[in-house]
Amino acid sequence: MNNSIALKSILTKEIQRFTRIWVQTLVPPAITISLYFVIFGSLIGSRIGEMGGFDYMSFIVPGLIMMSVITNSYSNVASSFFSAKWQRNVEEMLVAPVPNWVIVAGYVGGGMCRGILVGLIVTIVSLLFVDIQLHNIWVIIATVTLTSATFALGGLINAIFAGSFDDISIIPTFILTPLTYLGGVFYSISLLPEFWQGVSQINPIVYMVNAFRYGFLGISDVSLVTAFAVIGFFIVTLFTIAMVLISKGIGLRS
Amino acid sequence: MTYALEISALAKTYKGGFQALKGIDLTVKQGDFFALLGPNGAGKSTSIGVITSLVNKTAGQVKIFGFDIDTDLEKAKSYIGLVPQEFNFSQFEPLVNILVNQAGYYGVTKPVAMQRAEKYLKQLELWDKRDEPARALSGGMKRRLMIARALMHEPKMLILDEPTAGVDIELRRSMWNFLRELNQQGITIILTTHDLEEAEMLCRNIAIIDGGEIVEDTSMKKLLAQLDVETFVFDLQPNLTLAVLTEFAEKSHSIAYRVVDDHTLEVDLNKSQNLNQVFEQLSSANIDVISMRNKSNRLEALFVSLINKKSNVTQGKPQSALVGAN
Repeated sequence: MNNSIALKSILTKEIQRFTRIWVQTLVPPAITISLYFVIFGSLIGSRIGEMGGFDYMSFIVPGLIMMSVITNSYSNVASSFFSAKWQRNVEEMLVAPVPNWVIVAGYVGGGMCRGILVGLIVTIVSLLFVDIQLHNIWVIIATVTLTSATFALGGLINAIFAGSFDDISIIPTFILTPLTYLGGVFYSISLLPEFWQGVSQINPIVYMVNAFRYGFLGISDVSLVTAFAVIGFFIVTLFTIAMVLISKGIGLRS
Repeated sequence: MTYALEISALAKTYKGGFQALKGIDLTVKQGDFFALLGPNGAGKSTSIGVITSLVNKTAGQVKIFGFDIDTDLEKAKSYIGLVPQEFNFSQFEPLVNILVNQAGYYGVTKPVAMQRAEKYLKQLELWDKRDEPARALSGGMKRRLMIARALMHEPKMLILDEPTAGVDIELRRSMWNFLRELNQQGITIILTTHDLEEAEMLCRNIAIIDGGEIVEDTSMKKLLAQLDVETFVFDLQPNLTLAVLTEFAEKSHSIAYRVVDDHTLEVDLNKSQNLNQVFEQLSSANIDVISMRNKSNRLEALFVSLINKKSNVTQGKPQSALVGAN
C-alpha cells in the first residue's frame, strides 16, 4: 500500500475544499487584517509611538500575520474534520487501509496549507500599509510552519471530540482568541507588571508571536531556543493525543 | 481453504450494555453471493461495521481472505469494498473527485483512478453528472455512486448494506444485473436486505440473524426446501356466487381451499400435492380460472417462521412448525 498516494489524496481534498469556498476562507482574513491596520496601525498606532524600537505599525505586523495563521490553521481542520464526521464521509478513510498517521498528517497538512496561504495574503495586504523588513527568513519559515502545525493539530482534536457545530466554535471563542490577544500581538510583554509577565509565560502563543517577530524585526521578549522548545513540545504532545484518539476511534467508531 | 470471510465467536456490547452480537460464527466462501437477513436491530449493520472496522468488537475473531483484522487490519481492509446503507460521501464534492480520492486512499494512482472512475460512472449511468456536486443527484443516483466508489480499488469482496432501498423497480433490476455480473467476475458479494425477493433472486447462500444470534446459515436451495406449504391465489370467472364457491370448498376434502370472495379462492398446497389436482377439481366443478399467483414471497414466509421459532424458544414456548404463506 502506497501511503504517499493516500496522503496526497487527503491533502488534495482538503486544499480543494478551502479553495472551492475561497470567499469564506481566504477573503475574510484579508478584510479583517486591513481593518486592524487602519484602526490599530494608522489611527491609534500613530499616537502610540514606538514599541521595541520600531513604529507601532511595524511592531504589530508579525503578530497580526501569526494571528491569522493560528486562527485559520485551527478552524480549517476543526470544521473540515467535523464536517466529515457529520456527513459520515470520514468513513471513506476509516474503511480504507489508510494508517492513522496518514489521516492526521493529511488533515494537519491541509490546515497548514490554509494557514500559511492566509498568512501570505495578510502579508501582501500589510505591504499596502507598511514596509516589511526581514531579519531572518529561516526563523520566519520555521515559526510559521510549526505554529500552523500546532494549531491544526489542536483543531483536529477539537473536531474529534465535537458533537455539534457549536462545539467547534467554543475553543476558538473562549480559549484561542483570548490567548492570542494576550499573546503579545499588540504589545511587548515587557510592558506588563512583573506578575503578569510571569502569567504570560504560560501562554504558548507568546512564544510563537515573539519568535515570528524576531524573524522580521530581530527583537523578542523570549529566547528563540525556549520558543522552539515550547512549540516542539506542543506539537509532539498534540500529535500523540490525536493519534491515540484516532487509534481508539474516539468519536469515530462505536 | 481460505474463506472470503470467517467470523468466530464475534460479540459486541455497546456502551449502556446493549448486546448487539452474542458470539456469532459465520463463513462466506470466495466467489459466493451471500445474503445476511434479519429484522431491524438484529445485528446486521453491527456485523458489517465490525468487518469493515467502523465498529470496535468486544470479543471474537474476524478474518478477511485469511487476514485477521486484529493483526493485519490494513491488509484485510484492502480486500473490502463497502456500500453502506446511509449516504456517506461529501455532498459538496463533484462525483469524479469523490471516486478519485477514494481510490487514492487505497494507493491507486490518479491516472488509473481516472480510468476506473470513467469506467464505473459510465457503467452505472452517472458519467454525465461527473462534474456535478453529489448533492445534485437523485436518491437512486447517490446509491449507484456509492457502488462505483466501493469498486474503485477493485476489491475482492463487496459488502452491500440494503443497496436497493428507495430505488425504483427498473433501477433495482438493472442494479441486480450489475451485481450478478460482478459476482460472475469472481467478486464475493455479501448483501443485507429487507427485500427478501432480492435475496432469493441473487444469493446462493444465506444467514438469518436475529437478536444478535445466527438462527439459520444454509444455502438458499436448502432453505427454500424447508418450505412445507405454499399458498396460491386463484382469480376465477366473474359469474360465480359465494354459495357455489363455499359448497365447492367444503366438498373438496383432499385440498384445503379458502373462499376469499365470490371470485377468489386461496389454496394451501403441501409437498405431496400438485397444482394439476387443483385444476382438475376446479374444472370438474365447471369453475374457470382467469389467473393464478403465489400469495406472498416464499422466503418471507420462511423468514417469519424462523424468527418466530427462535422467539418461541427464547420464551420457552413449544416450537411451531413451519407454516405456509398465510
